Amino acid sequence: MEKRLYTVTIFSENTVGLLNQITIIFTRRQLNIETLSVSPSALKGIHKFTITSYASHDIIDKVVKQIDKRVDIIKAYYNTDDELVSQEIALYKVATDKLLELGSIEALIRNYGIRVLEMTKTCVVFEKTGAYEETQKLFDELSQSIGVLQFIRSGRVAITKSKVERLSDMLASIEKQVARKQ
Amino acid sequence: MKKMKGSEALLEALINEGVDTIFGYPGGQIIPVYDALYNYTEGKNRRLRHVLVRHEQAATHAAEGYSRVSGKVGVCLVTSGPGATNTITGIGDAMIDSTPIVVITGQVVSSLLGTDAFQEIDVVGITQPITKWAYQIRRPEDIAWAVARAFYIASSGRPGPVVLDFTKDAQVAMVDYEPVKCDFIRSYIPASKPEDDAVCKAAELIGSAQKPFALVGQGVILGNAEKELMAFLEKADIPAGYTLLGESAMPTDFRLNKGFLGMHGNIGPNMKTNECDVLIAIGMRFDDRVTSNLNTYAKQAKIVHLDIDASELGKNVPIDVPVLGDVKHSLPAITEKLQPAKHTEWIRSFDEHDKREYDEVIAPEVFPQSGYLKMGEVVNCVSEAVNHDAVLVTDVGQNQMMAARYFKFKRSRSVVTSGGLGTMGYGLPAAIGAKIACPERTVCFFTGDGGIQMTVQELGTILQERTGVKIILLNNNWLGMVRQWQELFYDECYSQTRMINPDFMQLAQSYGIASRLVSERSELKDAVADMLKDDKPYLLVVNVEEENMVFPMVPPGHTITDITTKK
Repeated sequence: MEKRLYTVTIFSENTVGLLNQITIIFTRRQLNIETLSVSPSALKGIHKFTITSYASHDIIDKVVKQIDKRVDIIKAYYNTDDELVSQEIALYKVATDKLLELGSIEALIRNYGIRVLEMTKTCVVFEKTGAYEETQKLFDELSQSIGVLQFIRSGRVAITKSKVERLSDMLASIEKQVARKQ
Repeated sequence: MKKMKGSEALLEALINEGVDTIFGYPGGQIIPVYDALYNYTEGKNRRLRHVLVRHEQAATHAAEGYSRVSGKVGVCLVTSGPGATNTITGIGDAMIDSTPIVVITGQVVSSLLGTDAFQEIDVVGITQPITKWAYQIRRPEDIAWAVARAFYIASSGRPGPVVLDFTKDAQVAMVDYEPVKCDFIRSYIPASKPEDDAVCKAAELIGSAQKPFALVGQGVILGNAEKELMAFLEKADIPAGYTLLGESAMPTDFRLNKGFLGMHGNIGPNMKTNECDVLIAIGMRFDDRVTSNLNTYAKQAKIVHLDIDASELGKNVPIDVPVLGDVKHSLPAITEKLQPAKHTEWIRSFDEHDKREYDEVIAPEVFPQSGYLKMGEVVNCVSEAVNHDAVLVTDVGQNQMMAARYFKFKRSRSVVTSGGLGTMGYGLPAAIGAKIACPERTVCFFTGDGGIQMTVQELGTILQERTGVKIILLNNNWLGMVRQWQELFYDECYSQTRMINPDFMQLAQSYGIASRLVSERSELKDAVADMLKDDKPYLLVVNVEEENMVFPMVPPGHTITDITTKK
């Protein structure tokens, strides 16, 4: 079956050991995790995982159901790129003298939309946000022209194009159940 | 609120969950709990029974056996390190077979965690993939909460194992204990009532069927939905097969019970799976031992799947109508919408297969006139002697398949066997747990010479607890099921399956267990009667035909209709 890139979004309680529980489910199905990003979500006390992985639709569907089944997972779902707005951030460190030799920093800023974060006599650190292909293109170009001393890229963060986070619907229904029990 | 040590709070919390029996084994990092336990298990105010097993693996299987027949959560108590790792097989077994157990493991003091301290092992890390929940209690204040949560998780939804790893400092620290209950976790909402839409679609499809066929799994037993199942099958006149773990959900002689599914199941239900027009799977998970080759499995049928676990719907077989929910609710909801129906011709069409199986397999296996004793005839003899109303416990392999095929049942929760994991060595401790859970019932444990030796040390537990388990050892001096595969599929290359065995009667004698050896057909009935004359433990060693094979058989990887009756 055809593999494509899926973005898996997981909302969970903020408990110890959850990342392990999630990653072993990918491991059992022989899926590589391409990127991973974890942070507190917009909802207090709830953490959000954004994971990308190449998989067939059939497999990612089963994996996400098995993740969703874990006790401390509130909700897990998956999307393809066309359903998402996503972004990654990359940091590049280059030698100051090499950069100056290149000539125009202005061109770099205008063409690539970079931001300079730090500049010393020896090196310059700048950032670029964008899709994987965009940050990679800049890295490839700089590597060839002046060399990159250090490079780091974040995992993907993504937001669905629909109006509200689906979790809020789910939490509302959970709250209803709590109210019923009390 | 009462001030007490963490270890005592643990026991109070267990009693608060209705626990009366613990299967366990003490060790360094759990001594404080055992110290507190002394006052709970001895004397006038005795509130708990502790069963001292001979190996921690046995504690988990005993807890599983206890849970299977009683419907309650089984409880294990073991020490850290090797005590904890010895429970892994049982925890995995409970996970794949949906058996609710809570395993409490001792752990080193929290200041030493992560330092490779003596008998420290990362129990939570190891058990996360094979538990519903694994949690480390590091503070005595967490005990009441964690125990309540553990029992709720283990027993609700699709049941399964929970591990509580209990650090020694939390065991000895003082705490104000107050009992708590848990019946809600916001991130874990077990499916309960099905969606109306799914129920309507299922009823419509089932109502339109000319040749409906139902597959009954353990979900019916776990959901206490046996009556609802029978009402459903009766009203719509639907024949049904059962999975290994679904056995005893319907009485064996129930008119619509068409037998055992899968690799060593009956011919009829396997053939009819690929002939029916609507297949209704009820609390089962389309295990590969049931379906065999998925590419040719029930392709002609529309499939309705009732299950409590959303991740099972569509996991192995594409489903036309998934009905997520507890079968206790979804079965009657569907039944209510159905018109009474009759499928007389369709049901009668099973008969030709039944007759063929009887002639080619059952008669020679169960009623042989000459030659060595057959496993099937031993199982049948015992089943008749207990009037088909005992608890059956099996080990794994030929003994298991023969017992599942030929033991008969009148009531539910009467089968204790390791299905998903196929754990050899499961049977003896599971039988002990089963007998302790229902002392008023006869517990017949069928095993092989291989399986019994994997946990044979548990004869010591029988000795100490005087557990009246009836052990029927079908001895062929082979690892029989592997031998069968070697004969059928590996050119009779009998690699490492020959067993040189001890004198099992002497072994029984050293544990004070009565025993008898039978090799002749003429002695069998009398020996079985001797075994069943009282409620004491008994070992019946039956020397059976060495080349005895389990048939029918769906060869591995084949279509289920390729089921054969002979080599």
